[in-house]
Amino acid sequence: MIISQLPVLQVILPLAAAPLCAILHHRILAWALTLLVSLISLCFSYMLLNQVLIEDTITYAMGGWVAPWGIEYYIDKLTAYMLLIVNGITVLVLLGAREIVESDIASDRIYLFYTAFLLNLTGLLGVITTGDAFNLFVFIEIASLSSYAMISLGRDKRSLYAAFKYLIFGTVGASFILISVGLLYVVTGTLNIADLSQQLTNTENTPTITTAFVFFIIGIGIKAAIFPLHLWLPDAYTYSPSIVSTFLAGTTTKVFIYVLIRFIYSLYGYEFSFFTESFHYLLMLSASGAILYGSYLAIKQDSLKRILAYSSIAQIGYMVLGIALITELGLMASLVHILNHAFIKVGLFLAVTAIIYSYNTDSIEKLAGIAKTSPFIFALFIISGLSLIGAPLTSGFISKWYLIKASLEADYWIFVSIIVISSVMAIIYIGRIIETAYFKPSAKQTATLDLDKKRPYLLFLSLVVISFINIYFGIETSLNVDMASQIANELINK
Amino acid sequence: MNNQLLILAALLLPVVGVLFISLTKKNINLRETSTLIVSMALIYVVYSLLPDVLNGVYPELYLFNVTSGLSIHFQIEPLGMLFACVASFLWFINSIYSIGYMRTNEYKNQTRFYIYFALAIASTIGIAFSANLFTLFIFYEFLTLTTYPLVTHKETDEAKRAGRIYLGILLATSICLFLPAIIWTYHLTGTINFTPGGVFDGHQEPTVIVILLIIFVYGIGKAALMPVHRWLPSAMVAPTPVSALLHAVAVVKAGVFSVVKIIIYIFSPALLSDTIDVNILLYLAGTTILIASIIALRSDNLKRRLAYSTISQLSYVILATALLVPISIAGAVLHILVHAFGKITLFFAAGSIYTTTKKTEVSQLNGIGKSMPWTMLAFAIGSLSMIGIPPTAGFLSKWFILQGALNIQSWFAVSIIVISTLLNAAYFLPIIYIAFFRDSGIKNDQGYHESPFPIVFAVFSTACITVILFFFPEIPLQLIRLLIGADI
Repeated sequence: MIISQLPVLQVILPLAAAPLCAILHHRILAWALTLLVSLISLCFSYMLLNQVLIEDTITYAMGGWVAPWGIEYYIDKLTAYMLLIVNGITVLVLLGAREIVESDIASDRIYLFYTAFLLNLTGLLGVITTGDAFNLFVFIEIASLSSYAMISLGRDKRSLYAAFKYLIFGTVGASFILISVGLLYVVTGTLNIADLSQQLTNTENTPTITTAFVFFIIGIGIKAAIFPLHLWLPDAYTYSPSIVSTFLAGTTTKVFIYVLIRFIYSLYGYEFSFFTESFHYLLMLSASGAILYGSYLAIKQDSLKRILAYSSIAQIGYMVLGIALITELGLMASLVHILNHAFIKVGLFLAVTAIIYSYNTDSIEKLAGIAKTSPFIFALFIISGLSLIGAPLTSGFISKWYLIKASLEADYWIFVSIIVISSVMAIIYIGRIIETAYFKPSAKQTATLDLDKKRPYLLFLSLVVISFINIYFGIETSLNVDMASQIANELINK
Repeated sequence: MNNQLLILAALLLPVVGVLFISLTKKNINLRETSTLIVSMALIYVVYSLLPDVLNGVYPELYLFNVTSGLSIHFQIEPLGMLFACVASFLWFINSIYSIGYMRTNEYKNQTRFYIYFALAIASTIGIAFSANLFTLFIFYEFLTLTTYPLVTHKETDEAKRAGRIYLGILLATSICLFLPAIIWTYHLTGTINFTPGGVFDGHQEPTVIVILLIIFVYGIGKAALMPVHRWLPSAMVAPTPVSALLHAVAVVKAGVFSVVKIIIYIFSPALLSDTIDVNILLYLAGTTILIASIIALRSDNLKRRLAYSTISQLSYVILATALLVPISIAGAVLHILVHAFGKITLFFAAGSIYTTTKKTEVSQLNGIGKSMPWTMLAFAIGSLSMIGIPPTAGFLSKWFILQGALNIQSWFAVSIIVISTLLNAAYFLPIIYIAFFRDSGIKNDQGYHESPFPIVFAVFSTACITVILFFFPEIPLQLIRLLIGADI
């Protein structure tokens, strides 16, 4: 009965494939295996989604030990939605990864890269599916440790520093999460999230619970790069191998935002989270800071990947903003933006990956006029770029539309102007890249197309698919918006 | 043919034109022929929609729904019909002119020029036919983007700088003000469809409505209300057919069209005049008219003078609409049409002068009327229309606007109209005078000759229409009657 085993297969499949990948010890086979696993995983998550739409929630008791004693896997619509996003992104990233990884990473380490990749996937999918707080911590660490390894595999020496920095920050964050889980265990004697939430509503609010909450928020804030705890992110995105940046940008931070939503809404309950501590004001402040500061720094950068990294910080601010509004519409806007931004940012990062691969540089100054030699990549870059800006008929517009609507509904005028200003800033930093590539005459220091390299046709394919998705979700939103509004409704009214 | 197909055809024809133009780029005669054929086809399609609209049937086309409240939806009401008629007709004339102008002046990248021109027309038709603010906004932005390569056509540093100002002001105003205003409207009323009688039901705070109106008017940067007018003079570096597109066919017309459409179909003049004091809009427009006219008076560069004249004429439309009486709104709408033909004539003439003589300053035009009689005659007719002297159509619109102002005894508006008419005369009549009556100092056999035939044909035909419209304004007036629901 494969259907009933689906929740655990999400985790088991990549976990089992990881050592296999190490044993295979072959660069192309490792890639093929990883892609295969992610494809199967995508199919499974699609099946899970269909099942959840019928059954509402699925629980799976690990090893037959029933919750709250055993570890429980818990799938609801939100879980299925996130699984589909992460698996979808993984497939699209892997599809184009082969040539890029071969050029970015020493050939005797490529199989190790894919092993780490599979472990990372295991961690992320585990974080999403598990219904157990301690197990969640374990998966967070699996995901984080493997991503430190992936980042440090880059040829650029600075990637070691970036990985180390991320390691320090990430470990502090993980410890905070662990302390938080420990404190909750002390108060309630359980680790199962559903059970925890039950117990918390029955117990009085004590300083311990509040402390646990604060530790959790700071820990997850670091992991999700929520301003001002984002300091590890720019370096990690800039100096890691391009495929790793792409993958991290599309999945990791989104998954941690998911954990934030899960803890706030499912575990503590949003009455506690927001009203006892007036905590949403803090989140709003952080979100506004992230949006303005991230966009501003994105304008100042010269490196393409760094621009996108700072833009990610701003975009995470959008997601946090939607959560902080504590309305159904706001939460829905966040959920929609998690999906839309995942595809937008992966689209941009893949285009940049292709540029770096073909021109061996990611400095804007050296890219004057290269749209003439790579018109195709740049056309696709513009599509994702427009979507990031939030042009109508692209997915980014839908995100912003709902975010602004939610802000207006909650009577926060200030956020309307913040969103609008940051959109203009996005025009500036995306526009600068486009202007340089299209209109600047090429000069002496301009990079030239590296003709020795094979053209990454599969990467182009996944870029086309992503561009299509970015436009599709700007025109036809019944899939994601309906799903997100159902999820938001369930989370708020539970 | 059925009306939905016709609407779709009107939107897609220019795009099909792009295909033909790029396929025939090797053979320039074929390329220009395809532009002309497609523009004629567009005229046919747009004008075959006219009878229905005149009979009070407003065809619509519903494309798709993006998310709740947002849809791509077209409906042809009288105002949009009028705008589409003007734009499609002037595209044809402008194409004839472009052939003469672009070839004689030996511009590069002419294929790109024709392609983006066609795309700009497609956006304009989209703006004219849009049935809600979302659709309007999309085509509005699309128009900005498609005209950008035309503004920077010369690819000089100056052109690029102008392009930046153009793109910067138009995008920034539309995103920072226009879009939030749309979302605010949706938030307040739950709809952004253009609805006869407006979407506000009178329960909203009057101050909110006034603020919203001001945000809309400034958000539509294409209407060039001061101080967001800077893009228009700086875009003067573009080739003359592009200036004509900006000033007469599409861009600024799209701006005032949107303002008028929003005031009529979102706010409703009745609501505004009953409950709310919108004099502030009147003052803003009035100030713009005066300041722009004074700058025009002081500019020696002919195209710059025309550009500031456009800014003041656009504010006429806003001023007339802000008077909120049916007759002045009729004047505003008629002024969109009249100004289009008048201003395109003036620009065509300026381009014609530049083509043969390379002269750009007013002070260099001594005696030019003797060597270029047809061009300067057309220029004179266009000027008269700008001032509002019969028998040119400019008289009609001014007449209506003045009547509206007198009706509600808005002495501010009356004095603005009177003073600006004098100023108009002061900056146009001297040009005609020195062109015809001052001696050029060059003997006739050494002098210049008339421009190539396509240029003269285009400039003269628009001038003729300016006069014809004075005698036969029946069709536009019928559309206007349908629009304001009153007899004039």
